[in-house]
Amino acid sequence: MSIKFTRRNFIRTASVTAALPAGALLTSAHAMTSVQGTAQPHVVVIGGGFGGATCAKYLRRYDSNIRVTLIEPKKTYTTCPGSNWYLAGLTDFDSITHSYQALKDKHGINVVHEWVSGIDPAGKTVKLKNGETLQYDRLVVSPGIDFRWDTIEGYGPEDVDKVPHAWQAGPQTKLLYDQLRAMPNGGTYIICPPPNPFRCPPGPYERVSMVADYFKKHKPKSKIIILDAKDKFSKMPLFMQGWQDLYGDMIEWIGASDGGRIKSVDVASKTVTTAEGETFKADVLNVIPAQKAGKLAFDAGLTNESGWCPVHQNTFESTIHKGVYVIGDSSIAGKMPKSGHSANSQGKICAAAIAVDLNGWDMPRPKLANTCYSLVANDYGISVVAVYQFDGKVMNKVKGAGGVTPKGAAPSQYLAEATYARGWYKSITHDTWLG
Amino acid sequence: MKQPVNKTLWLSSAFALLLPASAMADINMFARTTGDTCFACHGPNGKGVPGGSIPPIAGKDAGYLAQTMKDFRSGKRPSTIMQRHAKGYTDAEIETIAQYLSQIK
Repeated sequence: MSIKFTRRNFIRTASVTAALPAGALLTSAHAMTSVQGTAQPHVVVIGGGFGGATCAKYLRRYDSNIRVTLIEPKKTYTTCPGSNWYLAGLTDFDSITHSYQALKDKHGINVVHEWVSGIDPAGKTVKLKNGETLQYDRLVVSPGIDFRWDTIEGYGPEDVDKVPHAWQAGPQTKLLYDQLRAMPNGGTYIICPPPNPFRCPPGPYERVSMVADYFKKHKPKSKIIILDAKDKFSKMPLFMQGWQDLYGDMIEWIGASDGGRIKSVDVASKTVTTAEGETFKADVLNVIPAQKAGKLAFDAGLTNESGWCPVHQNTFESTIHKGVYVIGDSSIAGKMPKSGHSANSQGKICAAAIAVDLNGWDMPRPKLANTCYSLVANDYGISVVAVYQFDGKVMNKVKGAGGVTPKGAAPSQYLAEATYARGWYKSITHDTWLG
Repeated sequence: MKQPVNKTLWLSSAFALLLPASAMADINMFARTTGDTCFACHGPNGKGVPGGSIPPIAGKDAGYLAQTMKDFRSGKRPSTIMQRHAKGYTDAEIETIAQYLSQIK
């Protein structure tokens, strides 16, 4: 049976439901689609971070007829954004840890806390560790990052309990927090940021700021050394100015060309040796290795020689496997940085693309936004903004838009940005998980 | 079998049902998908978040929303980051997104 759904009879239906609240409208839209006799398509989303959780929610928003299963092994999700604020003691761990309850109860998403053991793009199935097999019509993969463990001698996955990376939030974040608390006043914290591309470009430098904020209050004789794999970094002039103004000579940054690139780590003595052969001994050592797409992306054959996932950047459908979409840090997303905000934006455009594809609608070319706030201190925030649009080839920056906080701005600007940084966190976590 | 679904159904799924037909024609998929990216900072459905510091934008007068964005863009209205965002949109884009946001109940 097929009922042709014209604009005219759609509007007639609409007038009947016009008095209902928004929540009820979703149901009526659902009912209307059912009238057409369309089978309920099933979209499986793997990974419940900023990308996957947003995509799951917006799939239901764009077409409530879609059945959505979100697979995420963790019962709660601790965000990387905000984790540096926790290290400074500015917020508690619970405030950066979120449940999936609203996605289940409010948005009708089937959330499955289980590991994926295999993906078959040809057979359109996902196998779970518990033995279950899920059939999908479309698959979204949002697996975050993994580390290139072969890039630093003497530092592997077995060492993270002594030398944390704390670049996947959770127990690693707590470990670094505890180590900083246990460190004596006068100790040295060494952080080794990774080469590009990596998750959250300003993140290591916000971390330095937050550790400095903690040291200034509680361990003022302590030192921070940054051994960097790069010669420049996100919001560099702003961070440098903030560090100088707020923390004096507590922080020393050594860029790659000045001998900052590390070659090896001796985990037992927390000593780092640089490519030039110089050694640095830390009391708390924080090594963030070079990165690649999450393991699942490799297992599913979604990566290319770069170690990341090529996608059609207007829809985020994989260029390798049709019907499989990759969003967030794992994807190659043109000019968009690997950030929680980017992943949230990509989750929405991917959800729209899938709804469009399943219903035969026209794909729009929306503009996406990214804002990365960083706290340099409790009352001192800075940001980088960009607007993006697919240009026919890649997700490119919209010219004339975006940029960073002006250098040398009035303290009121930095204070306002610190306030908005916290507001951003509240909003995006509600947009992704809680609201 | 592919259903002959009218494109309007896309608009129906949450908000457009509340609108008269004339207004509905003004909202397009660009406005909806782009407008939804505002929610990352302005909260779910653009309604802000309790205890948050970023103001709601949903359900405001479309003219007010559009003028505010244009004033952010020109610098007439001072801002921290909104000028950097607003510069990414044309007048027509601002107006159509404002129209969409204004109709969120």
